[in-house]
Amino acid sequence: MNKIPSALNLGIRRGGLEIRQFARQRESVVFTLLFPVILLAIFGSVFKDTIAPGVTFSQYFVAGMIASGLVNTGFQSLAITIPMERDVGGLKRLRGTPMPASSYFIGKAILIAVSMIIQIALLFGFGLLFFGVEMPTEASKWLTFTWLVLLGSACSTALGIAFSIVPKSGRGASAVVSPIVIILQFFSGVFFVFTQLPTWMQQLAAIFPLKWLTQGMRSVFLPDSFAAQEVAKSWETGRTFLILALWLVIGTFFSVRKFKWDRD
Amino acid sequence: MNVIEVKGLKKSYGQVHAVRGVDLSIPAGEIFALLGPNGAGKTTTVEILEGFRSRDAGEISILGFDPQTTGHAARQWRDRIGIVLQSAADAGDLTVIETVKHFSGYYSNPRNVDEVMAAVGLEEKSGALIRNLSGGQRRRLDVALGIIGSPELLFLDEPTTGFDPEARRAFWALIEQLRGIGTTILLTTHYLDEAEALADRVAVINNGLIIEVSTPAELGGRATSQAVVSWRDGSQVKSEATDNPTAVVARLSAHFAGEIPELAVIRPSLEDIYLKMIGGVHE
Repeated sequence: MNKIPSALNLGIRRGGLEIRQFARQRESVVFTLLFPVILLAIFGSVFKDTIAPGVTFSQYFVAGMIASGLVNTGFQSLAITIPMERDVGGLKRLRGTPMPASSYFIGKAILIAVSMIIQIALLFGFGLLFFGVEMPTEASKWLTFTWLVLLGSACSTALGIAFSIVPKSGRGASAVVSPIVIILQFFSGVFFVFTQLPTWMQQLAAIFPLKWLTQGMRSVFLPDSFAAQEVAKSWETGRTFLILALWLVIGTFFSVRKFKWDRD
Repeated sequence: MNVIEVKGLKKSYGQVHAVRGVDLSIPAGEIFALLGPNGAGKTTTVEILEGFRSRDAGEISILGFDPQTTGHAARQWRDRIGIVLQSAADAGDLTVIETVKHFSGYYSNPRNVDEVMAAVGLEEKSGALIRNLSGGQRRRLDVALGIIGSPELLFLDEPTTGFDPEARRAFWALIEQLRGIGTTILLTTHYLDEAEALADRVAVINNGLIIEVSTPAELGGRATSQAVVSWRDGSQVKSEATDNPTAVVARLSAHFAGEIPELAVIRPSLEDIYLKMIGGVHE
């Protein structure tokens, strides 16, 4: 008698299937992957000035775009598409097979990570070619960048899966999820210079991961001299890691414990 | 050991007692149909057996497992059962063959993909995107995904709803194939002719209780109930209810000196018996 395939093995196969399904939805592929580039084009054309010596708004904005790309691609898309899968009975059917929940989650995480890597590559390409965005040169900054993308992607995936239990239906999901993400983006300093926001907004944003992801990305893309202009006068790299890790644990806990396979 | 063994199953939703003490014993290889009007507790019972819902009371053994089992034991259990739910409209961007192949990877002992595609009659649609399938083709895909893991026990929830008569006959032939390889099947259906054609035994459930379990031929005293003999006599259609239809036919044959005009001997259909049992409430 053969053994049942392992959860990791099935998770990787689910990832392949998720990517294939995603790739066939052409409109959403183009929109999801190019959205940060489009925003960079708009904001980069509107705000031409520098926000500190040697720091263009485009440079500042690239950090915010990568951070909010992680939130859009993971949290927002999963919290909207999972309730839709649930509505049409797809999740219940999976529940009736020997495929474990962890494989389904791994599949989603792979989809989000791959989609994020493509998004970032496009953003870098357009940023370098058209908006004078400068890439960091130190190896330590690329190391920070790598763990930020991986941890941010995992955190966003886990929170998206966890939040998918909130919308009652696939139809209403977008109306519940999108405003939360947009407000978070404004509060977290994606579209504006964070230190120019009202203090209460900064404090509220500090509870959620997006502010920390954005700040972490600034530590990668802005010169270290800019750290003095942050609220804490520092990049707070260690704290960023801890807060993102904490949110990853919270998201994973609720995903595992509360995931809803069926609409009722 | 029976494949399905249920004793004293109960389930309430608030004040509503959906299932009030159901017992079921289904041996290996049997095709068993569960009949009942909407709201009778049929779906709740089946979903508890499938492990989708919890129960308030009762003992359940499905292939030796409790459906509420979790972790690796749950995977081992699900590896041996197949479930065809009422409708799933997911994965529209995948092709039929991709989906069947992918699902086959979930099981320790999957059936051959081409063989399953042929069994459900979807070979010609193998490369089609699921969203371009008709309702009946989609249903056949549901069945393919239900049997791909070579289940010992298959749950079929209203499998032929929306089928044309030809597709239903083809589906029945597929069920006969599964019977041939010893698959135990728990079927729910609204079509009484389907239950009669397929099931070894049927159970009628109403108000959360099993009213009777019997063969389709004997349900509700059907085998011993009176037959109706009808014929044409001049301009009139006459009929007579009788325990001895052969005697009536012999008498009529003598009367007409041979051929009896428009002769019919009608036994109550399974549907007649069923409707009587559930108090004439049908949909």
